[in-house]
Amino acid sequence: MTSAHGVAVGVAACAKTFPDGTRALEPITLDVARGETLVFLGPSGCGKTTLLRIIAGLERPDRGGRVLFNGADVTAIPIERRNVGMVFQSYALFPNMTVAENIGYGLKIRGIDRAERAQRVAELVALTGIEGLEQRRIDQLSGGQRQRVALARAVAARPSVLLLDEPLTALDAALRERLRFELDSLLRMLGITTIYVTHDQAEAMALGDRVVVMRKGAIAQVGTPREIYFAPANRFVAEFVGAANLLTARAVNGVLNLAGGKLVTADVNTAGDVVAMVRPESISVVAPEAASLSGQIERISFVGDRQRLTVRGTIERPLLVDAPNTLNLKIGERIGLAIDPHAVRVLPGERP
Amino acid sequence: MGNRLSFLAQLALTLLVAAFLIVPAILSMLAGVTANYFRGIRSGLTLQWVMQVWELYADTIVRSFAVALITLAVTLIVGVPAAYALHVRGGRLARAVEEIITLPLAIPGLAIALALLLAYGGLSDFRRSSLFIVAGHVVFTLPFMVRSVIAVFALIDVKTLDESASSLGASAWRRFRDVIVPNAVPGILAGSLMVVTLSLGEFNLTWMLHTPLTKTLPVGLADSYASMRLEVASAYTLVFFVMIIPLLVAMQIFADRAGRQVA
Repeated sequence: MTSAHGVAVGVAACAKTFPDGTRALEPITLDVARGETLVFLGPSGCGKTTLLRIIAGLERPDRGGRVLFNGADVTAIPIERRNVGMVFQSYALFPNMTVAENIGYGLKIRGIDRAERAQRVAELVALTGIEGLEQRRIDQLSGGQRQRVALARAVAARPSVLLLDEPLTALDAALRERLRFELDSLLRMLGITTIYVTHDQAEAMALGDRVVVMRKGAIAQVGTPREIYFAPANRFVAEFVGAANLLTARAVNGVLNLAGGKLVTADVNTAGDVVAMVRPESISVVAPEAASLSGQIERISFVGDRQRLTVRGTIERPLLVDAPNTLNLKIGERIGLAIDPHAVRVLPGERP
Repeated sequence: MGNRLSFLAQLALTLLVAAFLIVPAILSMLAGVTANYFRGIRSGLTLQWVMQVWELYADTIVRSFAVALITLAVTLIVGVPAAYALHVRGGRLARAVEEIITLPLAIPGLAIALALLLAYGGLSDFRRSSLFIVAGHVVFTLPFMVRSVIAVFALIDVKTLDESASSLGASAWRRFRDVIVPNAVPGILAGSLMVVTLSLGEFNLTWMLHTPLTKTLPVGLADSYASMRLEVASAYTLVFFVMIIPLLVAMQIFADRAGRQVA
């Protein structure tokens, strides 16, 4: 069960315009490899759920758009014959059935006999760690348990592709974090092609082999979690995925001239007016005398594992710096800043 | 002291209003078991009028229940799938259809009956059978069934349940049978009781649609008021009450239970 299975999913020029004329999705073309976990990440209204529903077969793309499973056109095939597994944000468990009946429903539909069904349900109950709840009614389950049942139900019939629509959003923060790890190891174990929709960037990066960042019905960037984090294509991706300092400056031979000094980039060919990004955690605090960049601490907010400084005078806007939690700093103190040239990302898609 | 006085005054007023409403009903039912109404209770209590009603009108009672049950069957077969389709489909068209279904509530029963007579009066076999009355009752009661089922659908987010069942491979019919209907049971029960109660008590439409051979309970009631002695008419009222009250109570109980379930 550890080998990759499921189908490769292709989306070709899929756009969606709702009957009232709202354009939910610009034409999207995308490929998901067999066994890959792809995450659609974006703010609400960016079209990520619509795209998922098109792949599922719950929505039809506008004329010309196609959905392909292993290269075969499934656009006209309704969801019930696409062999997908789906987890909904509200879980949509059947209140008239027990936990075991919910998990076994897809198998029952496929005409699998009672004994085999029971065995498969037991397997999934063990896999998702909900032993002892088989005969419970849905309204007797906690949120986390419901989430597990919904996942077990979705994968029970060995679907070609697993589709998850914000499956953790309905849970509280602590539980969400724990289930995220669980979900990750489960998805790795199943090795099934998975498409996961979320607005939570931490979730997207922890779960995705690749992440599709979406904005206003279009793809802003596709890449591995590291690529979208360290090398965002534009301002939107930089700011949506983690905290980011955006600075506008004039560059000469790869050196940016800032209000608080000089910032060296890794690429000596950087020239002209550019927009660059630096993540707060890639800036270190050093003694002001030796540093080529400096600023003055305006605010310190201690968040436990680190302290986030707001520094004035380095760039036009306040600069966010994550410093180790042991460093003894005071508001108003003048500090030097050191930034690894490789941590400075010039955004290719932006002009000041 | 002032509080107590005002409480007593309110209590007296409440009892007075209640008595004003209930006393006529009690009087009427008492008349049905009184030997001679003009001599009053002194003349003694008797079941002879009730027996007489049974002899004279048993067929109307049986027919009323038959009509009510057939009406229920039709509203279930038509109304529940219609509610499912209207709710899941949504949109402007669905809303328009829902409005049209509800329209008969706003139109006087007499007008509906007249329309039915104009349209189908020529089909004489149909016109003469009790099914003609069933048709009228279906038009009148269908909105109650559709509405009460749709209300439950809205509460349990049946649309997502439907989608999740379809993602598991269930055809429209399997989804309807395995997921939609079982979860709509409270609404279907409430709607059913309402349909049966309304059908049993319907007079307006029925009075226009009936023939001398297809009288229902309320039509027989009017008939007995017009042509029988007062005691018989009152006994008939009593019979009617005995039949309809348990249904009303059951309806109330189911409505409460359904309300608790979704709360």
